This record gives sequence, structure tokens and C-alpha cells, in this order.
Amino acid sequence: MKVTVAHLKRGERGIIKEFSADHVPLKLLEMGCLPGNEVELVQTAPFKDPMYLNINGSHLAIRKETALQIEIELIK
Amino acid sequence: MTGKQINVALIGNPNTGKTSVFNQLTGLNQKVGNYPGITVEKKEGVCKLPRGLKAHILDLPGTYSLNASSLDENVVIELLLNKNDKDYPDVAVVVSDVENLKRNLLLFTQIKDLGIPTILVINMADRMERKGISLDVDILEERLNTKIALVSARKRTGIDKLKELIINHRNISSEPCVNASVIDPDYFGNLRKAFPKQSIYKLWLVITQDVNFGNINRNEIDKTSGFNTKSNSELKRLQQKETIHRYQFINGALKEALSVDKNAAKDLRSRLDRVLTHKVWGYVIFFAILLLIFQAIYDWSSYPMDLIDSTFASLSELTKANLPEGVFTSLIAEGIVPGLGGIVIFIPQIAFLFLFISILEETGYMSRVVFLMDRIMRRFGLSGKSVVPLVSGTACAIPAVMATRNIENWKERLITILVVPFTTCSARLPVYLIIIALVIPDETFLGFNLQGLMLMFLYLLGFGTAILSAWILNGILKIKNKSYFVIEMPNYKVPLLKNIGINVIEKTKSFVFGAGKIILAISIILWVLASYGPGDNFNNAEEIVRGNYTEQSIPTEEIEQEIASYKLKHSYIGIMGRGIEPVVAPLGYDWKIGIAIISSFAAREVFVGTLATIYSVGSDEEETIKNRMAAETNPILGGPLFTLASGVSLLLFYAFAMQCMSTLAIVQKETNSWKWPILQLVIMSVFAYLVALIAFQFLK
Repeated sequence: MKVTVAHLKRGERGIIKEFSADHVPLKLLEMGCLPGNEVELVQTAPFKDPMYLNINGSHLAIRKETALQIEIELIK
Repeated sequence: MTGKQINVALIGNPNTGKTSVFNQLTGLNQKVGNYPGITVEKKEGVCKLPRGLKAHILDLPGTYSLNASSLDENVVIELLLNKNDKDYPDVAVVVSDVENLKRNLLLFTQIKDLGIPTILVINMADRMERKGISLDVDILEERLNTKIALVSARKRTGIDKLKELIINHRNISSEPCVNASVIDPDYFGNLRKAFPKQSIYKLWLVITQDVNFGNINRNEIDKTSGFNTKSNSELKRLQQKETIHRYQFINGALKEALSVDKNAAKDLRSRLDRVLTHKVWGYVIFFAILLLIFQAIYDWSSYPMDLIDSTFASLSELTKANLPEGVFTSLIAEGIVPGLGGIVIFIPQIAFLFLFISILEETGYMSRVVFLMDRIMRRFGLSGKSVVPLVSGTACAIPAVMATRNIENWKERLITILVVPFTTCSARLPVYLIIIALVIPDETFLGFNLQGLMLMFLYLLGFGTAILSAWILNGILKIKNKSYFVIEMPNYKVPLLKNIGINVIEKTKSFVFGAGKIILAISIILWVLASYGPGDNFNNAEEIVRGNYTEQSIPTEEIEQEIASYKLKHSYIGIMGRGIEPVVAPLGYDWKIGIAIISSFAAREVFVGTLATIYSVGSDEEETIKNRMAAETNPILGGPLFTLASGVSLLLFYAFAMQCMSTLAIVQKETNSWKWPILQLVIMSVFAYLVALIAFQFLK
């Protein structure tokens, strides 16, 4: 199964791998969500949606449906 | 140098303290207007520089990049692409936050690639030590080929350096720093061949953005032969490549210049977030803050409001007593002064609301609310970002509709705009207060005041209807869109008093002048319509009435009142009112209320003033209007006009009807279509009529 940002638990981190250009908004890339960058799950709202992330020092929140599109490699 | 002002454009990401820098540069020497034809706020000011020079500073809307996704962001691109614009900058100042330098530099590289001399301001420099950040400014200046000012707008340091750089803007390089064309050399090569005279990066922006741009038209580029156009999805992929390419450049530039010691960061953010975005406490705190806001708006502001009310009442009396009697005096005393009072009385509430909203925004808390509420609001077709407009709507729907702009998803934004007018705005409050005082007994029920309960019920009804109609609209509206939602969670900051003060003053001013013009105009028109009438019935009112009272025993006061009401009945407004009486009678109203309702379609707050004018009370003193209203009899059913049934019917009508021209105008502008405001007007008003009809027929 592919691991995405939506699979992170609170405090867990991962490295962003490739993602499909059509499903991830440009604005997210501009805010630092790029392949190779580190992502950490800071906090979630109830039902894990939206998700509050720290991507390479940029703090932002996205919905779970978007988080499901961003493939990552977990950092143990 | 000539005496010409230096044109400076202040550009930056949201949450970088750009506005603080603007306030530091211009002081109170600023003005807020609108860009022509659109409702985007235009903030500009004059900055005094050393050696007698001056700079014109334009504070452009905050944006993350030159890839615009909202009206506000379009403004930035349109200005920067149009060299003929009178505000086209001699020098651009990009404001960045030292803690988010990497992300902020993305916009910087784009601006610089337009060939505009660009100064980089690194703001919040006072936080560097605490956050373990060390920065080599010289290396960074060299890498970015620009001049840098390390600024702390909060501690007021570095502003002089920035002013010095602005004066010497001619020494700043206007060379691009990133060559965007490497992302697709063939495509850009063809583009250059087809348009040899244009800047390649400008062309690229025109192709990828939906903006108006003077002499280059997007379609024209598409039609030009010699290179293949790309599909939207190909363009999007190229934009992504461009972003990645820019970040590679930025990472390279920062590698040597910036180092962050992560252990030094004492994290206030994570400790606060643990509580404020907590799954339980987060909501408890948010609702406590909401309660505090409502308390302030409806309780604390009642003191200044009472004061304003009585001041205007005595002002009106004073005018009457001191100016020579005549048409002009009564226009002032009965038309203009009460009309002005009707505007000024809202200032305390509006100011309180903007005070709280700007504190919540300045501190960074508002983003946490958006985060907490998004999931819940989405169920109803709204976005977490709809919370701000819905809360602002309790003051006034106009700023609330404008506050929807940062909702990325068009469907969610449209639904928010459509339902916002249901929230109980402050203009409904005077109507509610007077009707409740008339028809709801001042008794307690289970320890609660009945009148207070009714008022609370009306507020909940407003919110409830907004949410419910959002849910219905979500089902009906078939708008296909890619739903996405990105919100920055900024650092927590202690709000700057100066920023908040300026914000509250500016917002309040624009409300007073905007809504004020309409209210004033309406009250003058009403006064004229009520003071003049056609034919003998109006002109000879005095003889006709006196003719009916031959006995001497009737007190003159009563006769005079009788004359006044006879005149009113035959004035223009009276004739119009009796014309519409058959329509409003089934709701339990007489023609006077009918007139008040009609004039309320301009702005609801006109209701009480209209009744005041119609009942010829002459002053806005509530008690008198209330007594007069209580004494009115129902022309058809007999008995008092204001009963529980007609009162509740009236309250419900005001709760649901779309009675505000300014809101309709702003909805037209924001949706860029007449369809939505007209639908809003018709559906809300028909619904209001039906509910009021059912309520009256059921309760009577």
C-alpha cells in the first residue's frame, strides 16, 4: 500500500516523494510542499481532517483528500 | 533628482508583517480606497524620506506568488505587468518574515524576474536570536543580486536603512535572478521568436494567468503562429516545474547565508497549539471567545449607543428651537439629523466587532478557528474559511461578503456569499429591540427574561437559517470544481496596537460613509414624500380637520395631531402606503408599517426612523415612538395594531427578508453577475413573506 501524508500519526515525519500534478494545487507547492522535503504532522482536527502540517518549516493545514494525494516515505 | 515622488510597491506573503512595515513607513499618512471597478481595498500612503524626498507607497494585497488565485492577487500582477499604470513602481519592496525566508523568497524571485528593481526586507529580525537563526546578509545580497534591509517593524529598527535604500533605488540591479525558460527550452525559445520585443517572463505570466494586461492579449499569443500552444494541464505541469526550479535556486542561495539552530527555538507555537487546536478545548475556547464578542457588541456598546441616541434627539430639538421656522429647518431637524443619528449609532458596534476580528487575525488565532471548523462547515457546503464571514455578518453583511475572498473553492465561496445575509446584522437590531419591547412581555420564565430569550432566539434563527440554506444550496447547485483548501498556520504574535487602531478606524470609516450615504438619502426622500402631497386633501388639511371639530372643548394639541395624521394620510407616502396595504394586511400590518418595510429594502435600519417620521414624532426618542406604536389600531381587525401575532410576524419578516441595497450591490460585484443578487432578493423576500403570513394567521 502506498503511504501518504494522510497516514501520518501525530508527531510522525516523512519525506515527500512524487505526487500527481493534477491533484495537488500549485499553491501547496509554492508553500514548500515539494518532493524531497520533510513533512511532519503537527495536529489534526476531529476525524483527522483537516491536517495541520509542518512542511520544511512552513506551517499549513490541508484537507485529508489532498493529503491522500501526497506520497511519502516514513522516517522511523 | 527631480521633485517627483518615488513610486514604491510593497509586496509580500500574508503574515509577514507587511502592513506593519507600511504603517511604519507612512504613519497615519495613508488612505484606503478601492481599485477602480472592483472592491479590492487599495491602501496607499506617503512616506517622508531624508533630504526632502518623498515616496508614494502602495501596499499591495498579500500574495504567496504571482500565480493568482483570487481577485486580490490579480491586482498585484496587473499592476506589475502594466508599465503605463500610474502606480507602476520605480522600486518594489518585498517584505519577508525571517522565520519563513525560504518560502517568502519564491515571490521575491518572481518579482525580480519582471525586471523591476527589488529591495528585500527581512522583517521580524528581532526574533532571530530567540529562534536560533543566523543570517549572512552580505552573502545573501550577493546571491540574490539585491539590497537587503533587516527590519523589525515591531521594535522600529531598520526602517531608516530601508528608506535609504528606497532613495538610492537606482543603484539596485534590475537583472532577473532565475531563468525560468530552462523548464522548457523549446517552448520558451519559440515564444521568444514570436515576440522578440517582449520580456519572456511577462509573456509567460500572461499565458498562465487570467489577467487583463494592456498591450498583450492572451488570445493573441495563442493565435500567433510559430509555436505550439499548450493545454491547461501541460501549462500547470510547467508551472510546477517553474516552482521547483525556483526553490532549487533559493535553496542554493540560502545554503551558505542562513543557518538555523533548531534546538534554540523555544516553541511557544506548539504549546499554544496543543490547547487552542485541541479536539475539545479548542472548541470550548472558540465558543467562549464568541460569547465574549457578542457580549461586547450587544452589552458594552449599549452605553455609547444610548449616549449617541440621546445626543441626536436633543440635537434635533436644538435645531428646531434655534433656527427660524420653515421648510429648511424641518428638513434638517426631521430628515437629516435623525438620518445621521441612524448611521452614527452603529459606530460602537461596528468598531467593537472590527476590534475583535483584527485582534484575532493579528494574533494568528483566526487560522486556528478555520482549521477547527473546516470539517463541520464542509458538511453544509461551506468551508472553514466561511466562519470569518459568518461572524462578521453579525455586524454587517458588506464586509462579510468581502471577507469570503480567500475561500479558494468557488462553490463554497458562492454559498457563503448567498447565506451570509441571514445572519443577524446590526441593522436588524433596532427593529428587533423595538418590536420585542412592544409585543413580548417583560417577564421572567425559569429565571430568564422573556425579551432577552426572544432576542437570543432570533440570533440563533439567523445562524440556523444560514447553515440550513447552505446545506440546501449545496444539494442544488451543480458546480463542478476541484475542491482544495490550503491555509497557512502563522506564528502567534502579540498584536500591535498601531495596526489594530488603524484597521478599526479605517473599517469603521468606510462603513459609516458607505452605508451612511444611502441612509441619509433615504431619510431625505422619505421626509419629502411625507411632507408633501397632491390635491386639496393634503393642502387644505387644516380646514378640513378643523371643520370636523366645531366644539371648543377639544384641546388644540389633539387637533394639531389630528391635522398632522390627516396630512400624512394624504401625502405622497400615504397614498403609496395605502396602495400596498392589501399586500401587507394579511401579515397583520397597516400601511405605515408597509411603508417602513418598503423603505427598509434600502437598508433595514431605516425602519425605526421611517416610523418616527411617519408618526410625526419629530425626534428619534424611542420611548415616544414606542408609545405611539402601542396606541395604533389595526384598520381592518380593530384592536391594537401591534399584537403578539403581528409583532412575531414582523420579526420573522425582518429575520429572513433581503432588505439591503448595499449588500445586493456588493454581491453583484463579488459574483460578477446579476443572477445571484436577484435570486437572493427574490427567494429570501418571498420566503420571509410566507413565513410572516403563516405566523400571523396561526397566532392571531
